[in-house]
Amino acid sequence: MQRQKLDWLHYFANPHRFLRFARAVLLPAWVVAVAILIWGGWAVYHAPPDYQQGETVRIMFIHVPAAWLALFTYSFIAGASILALIFRHPLGHVAARAAAPIGAVFTLAALITGSLWGQPMWGTWWVWDARLTSVLVLFFIYLGYMAIWRAIAAPEIASRAAAILAIVGVINIPIIKFSVDWWNTLHQPASISRFARPAIHPDILQPLLIMAAGFTALFFALLLTRIESEILRQRLRARLKRDAGER
Amino acid sequence: MPLFHIMKQDMVLAWRQGNVTLVLAFLMIAVTLVPFGIGPELDLLRRLAPGLMWVILVLAVLLSLDRLFQSDVEDGHFDQLLLGTISLEGLAMAKILAHFCAIILPLALALPIAGALLNIAPKALPILVMAVLAAGPALCALGAVGAALSVSVQRAGLLTALVVMPLFVPVLIFGASVTHQALADMTMNWLALLVLSLISVAAFLLSPLAIAAALRVLLR
Repeated sequence: MQRQKLDWLHYFANPHRFLRFARAVLLPAWVVAVAILIWGGWAVYHAPPDYQQGETVRIMFIHVPAAWLALFTYSFIAGASILALIFRHPLGHVAARAAAPIGAVFTLAALITGSLWGQPMWGTWWVWDARLTSVLVLFFIYLGYMAIWRAIAAPEIASRAAAILAIVGVINIPIIKFSVDWWNTLHQPASISRFARPAIHPDILQPLLIMAAGFTALFFALLLTRIESEILRQRLRARLKRDAGER
Repeated sequence: MPLFHIMKQDMVLAWRQGNVTLVLAFLMIAVTLVPFGIGPELDLLRRLAPGLMWVILVLAVLLSLDRLFQSDVEDGHFDQLLLGTISLEGLAMAKILAHFCAIILPLALALPIAGALLNIAPKALPILVMAVLAAGPALCALGAVGAALSVSVQRAGLLTALVVMPLFVPVLIFGASVTHQALADMTMNWLALLVLSLISVAAFLLSPLAIAAALRVLLR
């Protein structure tokens, strides 16, 4: 079992093999993602307005999946970084780098949609609520991660520095979450942030889950596209280098 | 004790290059700028003072970070250290402690003067100093991670700040709740101080691993 798992990982250690796989899967992945998102859009359109939140509840169908994906993407980056740093999997760095901007955009989308929802519901664009603050800090962690990649010119060095930062970040995220929760419950009455929410009605839950599936499919489609272009870029760079050497 | 020697050397350098004086000057300048920015009302200043204290502390740590490893790398001192028997983890610990002594200690000692300028009640001052001393090792250790990760980048100040700021959030939260309560009723929030100290111990013990890994990669 253990051996089999590692074999599967090693199979893709060869970028060319992964490229072949990516090219075969890319189109179906996009088709699936777009199809689920269209289905989700249809389901959201037909979902009933909430008795308390009215039509604004529809923002939640983007907001909640975006927030889930924001966290999922960071876990993915940390996992890929561990794979790359400790097991020296060559694709790990590429995958982590490719995932970062996607995760940052999901995080930003969660923040913006949350703010759009908060304006009519809370009467303000922003409150220093525990969740909002944690997600904002997560966004900064994404920015720092991408900044390290940019700032260090040599990719083989930048990749490792970024991987170390990703691992430090993944240790820190629970601590940040815990401390921000502690801070918020201490300073703010819970009345603003958490109004009593009954268990989610199936009419709302179903489109939410479809949208979450759609966002996840979108993530993997984007990821494959970005990894493919990154491998091609590396190949191009290597070829240019070789050509320059021959001349 | 080569590590002790490195620490001492760093501290002597910090003293001779005038860093300690600079840190104190920075504190005073920052405190002086505050009334211009928010107005000279003493009541308002007193309420904002603990928050300002944390902001100034974090800025002082951040501003001094970029030379933490870089100057040693540039003048070749670092290569010499690597030839010896000390581990990078130990070196990182010595650097963190030296940074604490060179930056945080002077700030903590000068805090009563700054506090007087910002109209903080004298009874709250020892609590503030204790909070700073408890938070200091965590700030230096986490900051050193950022400094190590950007050691090969020229003018890395903003990059280090971006990398380090999210790591500072828990420290600031628990530090601020100590000072918040100190200001409200002059008592010590022992729970927050305990958590703050635990964060400091954990950061001091764990971050050298990340620092050593980063230096190993970046300085090959």
